[in-house]
Amino acid sequence: MNPISFLTQMIRIAIPYLFAASGGVVAERAGIVSLTLEGFMLSGAFAAVLGTSYSGNPWIGVLSGMIGGLIFALIHAVATIRYRADQVVVGVAINLLAIGVTRFFLKLFFASSSNSPRVTGFGGNINAAGFDNPLLWLGILVAPVVAFVVYKTPFGLRVRASGEHPDAAESVGVSVKRVRYLAVAISGILAALGGVYLALDQHQFTDQMTAGRGFIAISAVIFGRWDPIRAALACLLFAAAETLQIQLQGSHAIASQFIEMIPYALTIIALAGVVGRAVPPAALGKAES
Amino acid sequence: MRDGGRGKGDEGNVPRHQAADPASRLSHSPSPNAHPAIHMEGIEKAFGDTFALRGASLEVMPGEIHALVGENGAGKSTLMRVLGGLIKPDAGSVTLASRDVTGWSTGEAIAAGIGIVHQHFMLVPTLTVAENLVLGAEPRKNGVVLDHQRAAADVRQLSNETGLVIEPGRLISDLSVGEAQRVEILKVLFRGARILVLDEPTAVLSPPEVKELWAVLRRLRDKGDTIILITHRLDEVVDLSDTITVMRAGQTVARIKTAQTTPAEIARLMVGREVSLSAGKRVQPVARSTRPAGKGLEVRNLSVIGSRGIRVVDDVTFDVAPGEILGIAGVEGNGQTELIEALAGLRPVAAGQIFIESVEVTRQAVAARHSEGLSHIPEDRHRRGLLMEYTVGDNLILGLQKHFSKNGMLESDRIMSNALEEISTFDIRPPNPLLAARALSGGNQQKIVVAREMGRDFSVLLASQPTRGVDVGAIEFIHQQLLDARAKGKAILLVSAELNEVLALSDRITVMYRGKFAVVMPTSEATEESLGEYMIGAKKAS
Amino acid sequence: MSVTTQPIGARPTTAGTPWRDRAEEALIPPLVALLVALICGDLLILSYGQSPGAVYRLLLEGTWGNAYGFGQVLYKATTLAFTGLAVSFGLRAGLFNIGGESQLAAGGFAAALTGLALPPGTPLIFALPLCMIAAGLAGGVVGSVPAYLKTRFGAHEVIVTIMLNFIVLALLNWFIAGHLHVPETLHTPEIHAGVLPRLADINSTFHGSAANLALIVAVLVAVAVWFYLFRARAGYELRAVGLQPDAAEYGGISVRRVWMRALTLSGVIAGIGGINYVLGYKHYYEDGFASGAGFLGIAVALVGRNHPFGVLLAAFFFATLSQGGLAIHAFVPKQMMDVLQGVVIIAVAMSVPEVTRVLRSARRRSDA
Repeated sequence: MNPISFLTQMIRIAIPYLFAASGGVVAERAGIVSLTLEGFMLSGAFAAVLGTSYSGNPWIGVLSGMIGGLIFALIHAVATIRYRADQVVVGVAINLLAIGVTRFFLKLFFASSSNSPRVTGFGGNINAAGFDNPLLWLGILVAPVVAFVVYKTPFGLRVRASGEHPDAAESVGVSVKRVRYLAVAISGILAALGGVYLALDQHQFTDQMTAGRGFIAISAVIFGRWDPIRAALACLLFAAAETLQIQLQGSHAIASQFIEMIPYALTIIALAGVVGRAVPPAALGKAES
Repeated sequence: MRDGGRGKGDEGNVPRHQAADPASRLSHSPSPNAHPAIHMEGIEKAFGDTFALRGASLEVMPGEIHALVGENGAGKSTLMRVLGGLIKPDAGSVTLASRDVTGWSTGEAIAAGIGIVHQHFMLVPTLTVAENLVLGAEPRKNGVVLDHQRAAADVRQLSNETGLVIEPGRLISDLSVGEAQRVEILKVLFRGARILVLDEPTAVLSPPEVKELWAVLRRLRDKGDTIILITHRLDEVVDLSDTITVMRAGQTVARIKTAQTTPAEIARLMVGREVSLSAGKRVQPVARSTRPAGKGLEVRNLSVIGSRGIRVVDDVTFDVAPGEILGIAGVEGNGQTELIEALAGLRPVAAGQIFIESVEVTRQAVAARHSEGLSHIPEDRHRRGLLMEYTVGDNLILGLQKHFSKNGMLESDRIMSNALEEISTFDIRPPNPLLAARALSGGNQQKIVVAREMGRDFSVLLASQPTRGVDVGAIEFIHQQLLDARAKGKAILLVSAELNEVLALSDRITVMYRGKFAVVMPTSEATEESLGEYMIGAKKAS
Repeated sequence: MSVTTQPIGARPTTAGTPWRDRAEEALIPPLVALLVALICGDLLILSYGQSPGAVYRLLLEGTWGNAYGFGQVLYKATTLAFTGLAVSFGLRAGLFNIGGESQLAAGGFAAALTGLALPPGTPLIFALPLCMIAAGLAGGVVGSVPAYLKTRFGAHEVIVTIMLNFIVLALLNWFIAGHLHVPETLHTPEIHAGVLPRLADINSTFHGSAANLALIVAVLVAVAVWFYLFRARAGYELRAVGLQPDAAEYGGISVRRVWMRALTLSGVIAGIGGINYVLGYKHYYEDGFASGAGFLGIAVALVGRNHPFGVLLAAFFFATLSQGGLAIHAFVPKQMMDVLQGVVIIAVAMSVPEVTRVLRSARRRSDA
């Protein structure tokens, strides 16, 4: 096993997680449960392929992907913030809706039940190992940028206050609702970018192509204790395990299913506090009083 | 007692002849020599059917420390919330230095220099002092970045100006309660507050922290700020304030210069005498020979640690004998709630022992205490006492469900007949056992609780605020139930913020102040005035 | 509040009980959802250039209008009933069980193993209870993990159940792929015992549909859940914990013990659901048979307002949508149903707090 090829593959696998987890951190720190990352990612993937196939330009695909994620994010935001619907239920519904909508439009626009036609993506140079894809570099940078926003900007301060003690924030004139709308929108756009990368990398959209990556991203958020950099490291850890599994494919040393379980098992352990307590933002998931 | 304080502008002392006459203590017109910083007149506010304020008034001079005194429910906090723009009054006027500001918003109040320091801190525990302070008004570097250095510098500067020293980089969760309170005060000062309102600030402080706070408040007053202190603790009123306004039952009953009054008078004004059904009724103690055997409730050296780490029940020892009602008077917030919760099994005990009929129950769960003969009428029927979505009939067996089931299944006919019987006996209206509890009036809801807790087999009853929010007819009824239980030889511990209620029903009476029993005496020896003095802390436990 | 003006000492009566209040709050959200679904459905159908009326008629014909379609609806509704009952049971205690899929799969797996272990020809009267017990136990074991983690560590059950879904499904996949599968497939060999008769075996008009006697089991389980929740002491305590944990604690109920029981039993119910596919339809355990049933169970519980009989109706509704999608496939892609599903869930989720608020304030105003 070549360490360089291991690293490059690991990074490529981690990119969707990095995007989605960074978005999830922002929304959850603001107090909104983000089980929706899977749905945002899927809608971003589809919208990206739609945009690219009609325009021939992958950058248009990036834009349309972001819009796709934003639309679903706004549905989530309105339902949970304005109508105070249960955030878990809406989260599950968004994921189901994303599957349904993408399937519906896949049929409508591409006349297929399973996959879209091929579209162009970024990069393509075999020797660049994927590093000629600008989205890859964006994905590497997203976590530090989000960390900067959360810890070093006024908006980030308001996000953290809204998720921990919304009453205190309101008492000094911060509109917690507005902060949460923005946070959810950001999570939608970022998670969608994860889907955009995935779809353009594979040069097509396939039904349910995200295959649970959104849930791995949530695991990374929790395992990383809602800190953007730690969540990013968790993404790399999970990607490493996945890479390991792929490269060990033929050797049967450890069954692939057990490697698959690693992110989820680690998250449960983190929640149980066996290795340091993972305490969520205090106001996470609670409707405003 | 202190003299009137110094500060910006003339104070306008109440002329001598007015000070001598209690009836004219209430000055409705502004003093002739100065403009009041705040003038509130005829304020009325109702929440649903309850009147929180009816014709309350307040006049605060600039640069003074003004104590707003009264029992719970007197309307102090509500009046301050009107001032701070958190609620709008139904009637009346609010004037700030000759400017009419009635019904303004919190934003306008903050901009005009009003800063309210709440009892429950509005601080984000995971953020630093500086971050909490600048939240909502963050200084920026290059328009995008939060300028942490500027924020810290601003905090330090304010600290130096006011003497409220706190390290800007510390996390709120690491601070002691006194330090956190300092941050809350800094927060309002940071936004330019010149009029500070502190709501029961010493309720959560230890004695040395209280002294520190007083030094801070005096310093602010000397700097020219105006301070309104909501409190029911006499030492704060006497040692700190320049002027006192006493409120009672939503009205302002007096406004006096601290230097011109006595603790006894303050206490009397505060508790006063209300029209009450039980006025003047005293309970005749049961003659010795008919005292039933048994030990009732015995409590030894009980201490309970509160949410802030201080002892809210402090080494309390007492007995309640069978056939006796022991009444605990006192303003809420002195440990009564925690005491009852600890006795009921809803709160862990830090030290001490509890015995019911000589059986120790200190660490036993609620269900076990029920079996030992404990009943509990909780002070919050909406949260604890009733399941609002359950029917009247189902609520009547809460805590008793084991007795009304056979082989794990509920016996609906027995539950129904129990419900019909209790509804009839206690006159619960509407008399429909299938109604959801939330459909009944407050008084009838309380009757469900009373019916259940007094209908079971018990030897000790904890009755906490048993007639709160209950209409007059039901109050009489519940009082009679308590007296009947007493006649049947039950030991009853009564906690009530209504002094009249405690006086009317109890054999012996005690006052709880800062976690201790300040005094225990037979009711026949108690007067409202002397009790008031214990309640306000004028007299301490001997 | 509705205070009657009766004289003091009036005889207690149950007359005039406002079931209407409860019924309003319970029924309006699903009706709102139905309305939204119809409107949304109209839009989607029109976007395909079809007439909504014709499509709806075709949908009804394809689902309730013929025996095969109806049978398929019943079959799908059975699985959803089990997962819906499981979710609603947990919700009654205030707990969110998202692990329906893995609990269902584990239950089906256990039922298949039992069916394989029993000697061929074992009479159904022994085989069925044994398979059901195995299925329930397996689901209960899976459900007990979040239960334990919540009561002991305070770990939130939503995330734990979601994570556990993946873990358990991966584990089951390992069992099948590694050891137990029939070559070239991802399913176990056919069971020897415990085969449930199909509806088609009883009435040949249902020929071809997968509906089987597990349907009866589902109804029985719903009835059992109803008895537990509303007639048993444990159910009284469970609902109290779900409504007001502080009041339950005051009433001497051990909140922790109720949580443990509720999540574990929730897993048991979902586990038993595995018999629909395994004993009643394919007669083997197949990897992935439970796909999506857990999440849909949440929708079913929501629309069914967490009431056992409401859940049965809601399961029937969602099954109709699913089967209906197939029936109208020539005109509108069945994917439309996937969209409708999501829309219905969001609409109901949004309407519940809103409707309750509006109804309660209207009532208060009229009583004043």
